[in-house]
Amino acid sequence: MVRPAHLHRLLAALPTLLMLGGVPFANRVEPYVFGLPFLLAWIVGCVVITGPVMALVRVLDRRAERAAGAADDGAHRR
Amino acid sequence: MNPALLIIAAAGALALTLGLLARRGRAMTLEQWTVGGRGFGALFVFLLMAGEIYTTFTFLGGSGWAYGKGGPAFYILCYGTLAFSLSYFLLPAVWRIATRLGLHSQADFFTRRYDSRALGVVVSLVGVTAIVPYLVLQLKGLGIIVSEASYGALPVSPAVWMSVVVLVIYVIVSGVSGSAWTAVVKDVLILAVAVTIGLLLPWRVSGGLGPMFATIARDHPGFLTLPARGMSLSWFISTVLLSALGFYMWPHTFASSYTARSEDVFRKNAVVMPLYQLVLLFVFFTGFAALVRVPGLTGSAADLSLLRICKLEFAPWAVGVIGAAGVLTALVPGSMLLMTACTILAKNVAGTLSPSLDERSIGRLARTLVPAVGIGAALLALHGGSTLVPLLLLGYSFVTQLLPSLLASLPERPRATAPGAMAGILTGVTVVAAVQLSGTTLPKLFPGWPAAITDLNIGVVALALNVVVMLAVSTITRRVRAAA
Repeated sequence: MVRPAHLHRLLAALPTLLMLGGVPFANRVEPYVFGLPFLLAWIVGCVVITGPVMALVRVLDRRAERAAGAADDGAHRR
Repeated sequence: MNPALLIIAAAGALALTLGLLARRGRAMTLEQWTVGGRGFGALFVFLLMAGEIYTTFTFLGGSGWAYGKGGPAFYILCYGTLAFSLSYFLLPAVWRIATRLGLHSQADFFTRRYDSRALGVVVSLVGVTAIVPYLVLQLKGLGIIVSEASYGALPVSPAVWMSVVVLVIYVIVSGVSGSAWTAVVKDVLILAVAVTIGLLLPWRVSGGLGPMFATIARDHPGFLTLPARGMSLSWFISTVLLSALGFYMWPHTFASSYTARSEDVFRKNAVVMPLYQLVLLFVFFTGFAALVRVPGLTGSAADLSLLRICKLEFAPWAVGVIGAAGVLTALVPGSMLLMTACTILAKNVAGTLSPSLDERSIGRLARTLVPAVGIGAALLALHGGSTLVPLLLLGYSFVTQLLPSLLASLPERPRATAPGAMAGILTGVTVVAAVQLSGTTLPKLFPGWPAAITDLNIGVVALALNVVVMLAVSTITRRVRAAA
């Protein structure tokens, strides 16, 4: 399904996997993190990393698109 | 009149004035506004979507569930975040097709992709059915805010009726352009209010976040985590998935993705929106602080917790500002929901069923429907006993049923046929409705089965059946067509 040039898109699943896959292990009160019970802190952590992860995916996407564009140009010239 | 009610009334008046002013400036048709000439950049689409997403549910429902349920309330923080990562891939695909075909509404999308007007009508009806509980939720919230801010002078029932009158007038005088203006005011106000009270209250009540959570963990063991049964892990995960998958399937949210200038708008938003979700954290703090300060509210009274603690801790003018923010968060999305429901009924249902109706009579019909739908929602708000969150979950379990057929329609050649899509949607919606109306639950139906299965959100079960039926019927209809 995912083409090799788009492999980095799998990164986008990371926060979700951590959030939903991690909940069974994070379902506890202690240790408190910045005063938050552990379950809430875990979820907040996953929310906080989502933005930067998606930003990274976007940067890699644009780079892949530019590379694909350049390859197309090359093919045309030949 | 006390200062709190006075400030809230002023906010209502301000919203109406903004609506009137916006109307005088430009005479836009609904179509022009809804898709905005497809020229909106990231910031505007962000505001538009945030305006639709952050409703009185966020404010009162989020704090009410933190107060009444504890750990399970954290699902609200998860599903939006998950939906935003999905939107990075989903919305550009939807946008490309909608722009190429020049579409205006969600129903158009299904009608065109499956070449079936009947499917468009079914999709419209599912959308309206899902909107009703969402609208009821906004009215309940408005009623709670107005009656609480009156310090006992106004009971809930006249407060709900007053709210529905304001909402109907607002929709009729201002149309959608009013929503856009008020949305900006509302977003700034709700952000400021939610963060301020969420930061102040834990300190006032317990001397800090850590002490507050330690107090709750001591007095209510297990409250800050997910229980072993009921709202357990499998409830949590299935509910997050259901809500995230349905997030962009609401008719008004789906269509607002048409407004973007380019695909990159959605990609940028997917980066920014998750951070915005953290507003919910402060809403939770308020609910937990209320649990320490004003314990003992049970059932649907839990939704009162935010205003109850604010009345104890802050002066009436501050309660007025908080209430005003609350009123706007109900009024803006409420008006969008009411308008979307009436436009869909007039244009996509009545307009399709009797093609002789011209643009003007459709517009007149839509405006006539506004008070009728408003009164219906008010009656439901007064007579249904549920808290705010289950109402939203009900809407989500309906609207998510549209996702499988949407995904199947994205490839160049749709993976499902029109009868398949229709059968899938109807199966999913019927399962949700049957369970809802009969009041049964999975644990009651299958008492011996493990909690991991019976705690699943019924919407997810319906979604699975929906997919199976859609694929099976599509295969059969393709074979029949090939044989013919």
